Amino acid sequence: MTPSNQHDEKKPFPWHVVFFLGPGLLIYVVFSVYPLLDTLVLSLYNEQQGQSHFVGLQNFITLITDDTWSQAFWNALGNNFQFFAIHMLVQNPIGLLLAVLLSSPKLRLSGTYRTLIFMPTMLSVVIIGFVWQLLLSPIWGISEDFLYSIGLGQYFDAWLGKESSALITLAFISVWQFVGIPMMLIYATLLNIPDDIVDASVVDGANSLQTFWHIKLPLILPTIAMVSILTFVANFNAFELIYAVKGALAGPNFSTDLMGTFFYRTFFGFQLQQGSASMGAAVATLMFLIILVGVMLFLFFIQRRIQRFQF
Amino acid sequence: MFNVHSAPLESKTAINTALKLTCLATILMSSTGTIQAASTLSIESWRSDDANIWSDVIIPAFNKSHPDTKVNFAPTPPTEYNSALQAKLKAGSAGDLITCRPFDTALDLYKDGYLANLNDLEGLKQFSDVAKSAWVTDDGKDQFCMPVASVIHGFVYNKEIFKELNLSVPKTRAEFFKTLDTIKSESRYTPLAMGTADQWEAATMGFQNIGPNYWEGEQGRKALLSGAAKLTDKAYVDTWTELAQWKPYLGRGFEAQKYSDSQNLFTLGRAAIYPAGSWDIQTFNNQADFEFGAFPPPVAKAGDTCYISDHTDMGIGINANATNKEAAKVFLNWMASKEFATLYANEVPGFFPLSDHQIDIKDPVAQEFMSWRQQCESTIRNSYQILSRGTPNLESQLWNVSAQVINGTMTPEQAAKETQDGLEQWYKPQQ
Repeated sequence: MTPSNQHDEKKPFPWHVVFFLGPGLLIYVVFSVYPLLDTLVLSLYNEQQGQSHFVGLQNFITLITDDTWSQAFWNALGNNFQFFAIHMLVQNPIGLLLAVLLSSPKLRLSGTYRTLIFMPTMLSVVIIGFVWQLLLSPIWGISEDFLYSIGLGQYFDAWLGKESSALITLAFISVWQFVGIPMMLIYATLLNIPDDIVDASVVDGANSLQTFWHIKLPLILPTIAMVSILTFVANFNAFELIYAVKGALAGPNFSTDLMGTFFYRTFFGFQLQQGSASMGAAVATLMFLIILVGVMLFLFFIQRRIQRFQF
Repeated sequence: MFNVHSAPLESKTAINTALKLTCLATILMSSTGTIQAASTLSIESWRSDDANIWSDVIIPAFNKSHPDTKVNFAPTPPTEYNSALQAKLKAGSAGDLITCRPFDTALDLYKDGYLANLNDLEGLKQFSDVAKSAWVTDDGKDQFCMPVASVIHGFVYNKEIFKELNLSVPKTRAEFFKTLDTIKSESRYTPLAMGTADQWEAATMGFQNIGPNYWEGEQGRKALLSGAAKLTDKAYVDTWTELAQWKPYLGRGFEAQKYSDSQNLFTLGRAAIYPAGSWDIQTFNNQADFEFGAFPPPVAKAGDTCYISDHTDMGIGINANATNKEAAKVFLNWMASKEFATLYANEVPGFFPLSDHQIDIKDPVAQEFMSWRQQCESTIRNSYQILSRGTPNLESQLWNVSAQVINGTMTPEQAAKETQDGLEQWYKPQQ
């Protein structure tokens, strides 16, 4: 049956498009685009005694060159890169390993493992912070006894309180919480690989390691790339765990200060320190730029080279 | 297949109706949102621990004499209070009565027009100028909050442990450290219950607690304000030196010990001495099943004048945009009465009323704290007035360096230099 052309000559305005896109677009513009643009504008102003006036890039110059600000800024940025590096080197490889193990057809109870490993991701960060503080507490914690029982007792320390180990410990807690996400994403991709490709490689005489390296890994690379970019964005926005465990002053001696906590102190103030909306907006803008540059580098240098396979 | 043609038409009218309905709903909602009950007062506060006392005791007492006014106590956790309050005031959703932090935090709220002027408030006559000083403009002309309570620093000790080890309350620093030595060597108790994980205890219960004895209270605080004294002076370095000496007496892993951990160590009877703020009395009354007492920060040698930190910590003001200003004023005047002072001092032991009324405190430990006002000279925390206005912020720096001095990652001299350098960057009298 061919549709008659009579009705189509004067096309009615496609209201349904507006209807379906409208609500989403409206919410996105009001709650995401407008605040973002407003933040960018706000960072160009300076507020003094309730009067705000345009100062151009002065806030950014202060932030990067003035010692009282720049020290805190570079420290937070450095810590943030460390935090990110630990996630990339620990969380994602473990996620990959778990996904491969889970997708093995020989594994029994894989549904149970999957749920258990994913569980922490669904818990509130505040609970995670609280539970881990108790576990690691030198006063009430069980980790000291546990280490003694396996003969490593002398290595126990107040890890969360030492300048040298606090950030790494927090990063590991965060890894523990979020390892379920890369695992799930990679697991889903692994399940999508058609059996005939894997079967063919087995028929050709590949062992399971070879199958993984030459068949499965290339097929899940796009997912690993996506996981990496998600990790990058999430880590440079990280705030809750540090705030829940160490407070906004991110001690000891700012060794756990990330861009998020630095922004919080600047924007909202801290104890006797008054918050500054414009300076805070400048920090937020820099955070946005760092993430933007990171994502763009990724898109130009990695995303374009990745081959995607359609089954 | 035939239905396909009519479907867009139907959905089009449906959309139109839907759009009209949404518009109508929005108009209706925006017009009803502004109506509020006539005589309801809402109090913003950071004392979430006191929520029960307000709702069960204080507000019912107020309602006995003022039955028409409904009062609602709406606390926010202390660490979030300042930022939450600021956001609420900006958005216009803050309560009618605002609990005021001392000095600049409240002063800035007044300057930004969020707090009402209280100069003609009858109840203010009940307070001394010293009590009011934390909530007055720099020129002394405008009062924007009414004083409510102060907190006093000192040490709380476990009387049973002291008895068991045959210890007496230390009066001098030498005695204090001898006591700590005895506890450490002759028992398994932790001598001092304090940690540095939250950092503020190091500054507030450490530095500001024992410091006034070194810098001679108000005299030293004023000298710092006028620029006559520097943080690199002997008094301040010595304060940090004593703090550094606390380290061996703290619990194992104190670097990761939080404020609540310290409280629990003490209330479980595992620690002998607790560097305290008087507000801890309440928690200890509720949780400790042994007798405890208190002593003021020990002095250098017997007979020296003692100085205590009697910090004007809490005031209350009226939201400049409150809908119920008259009712709010009535409530404030009631808060200036002897009835409130007695009620508050006894229900919230550890917060000492600042009004001039003579009141009886029944709690023995709170009474002990209060009695130091007669024996010692009072001062307030030295970083609170004016000195925490600039960047870097002196109070935040004190938290950081005091915690580091106790951790042993910074020497007292380095701490002094860092804070003095910070002050010199923006504070004219110190330059």
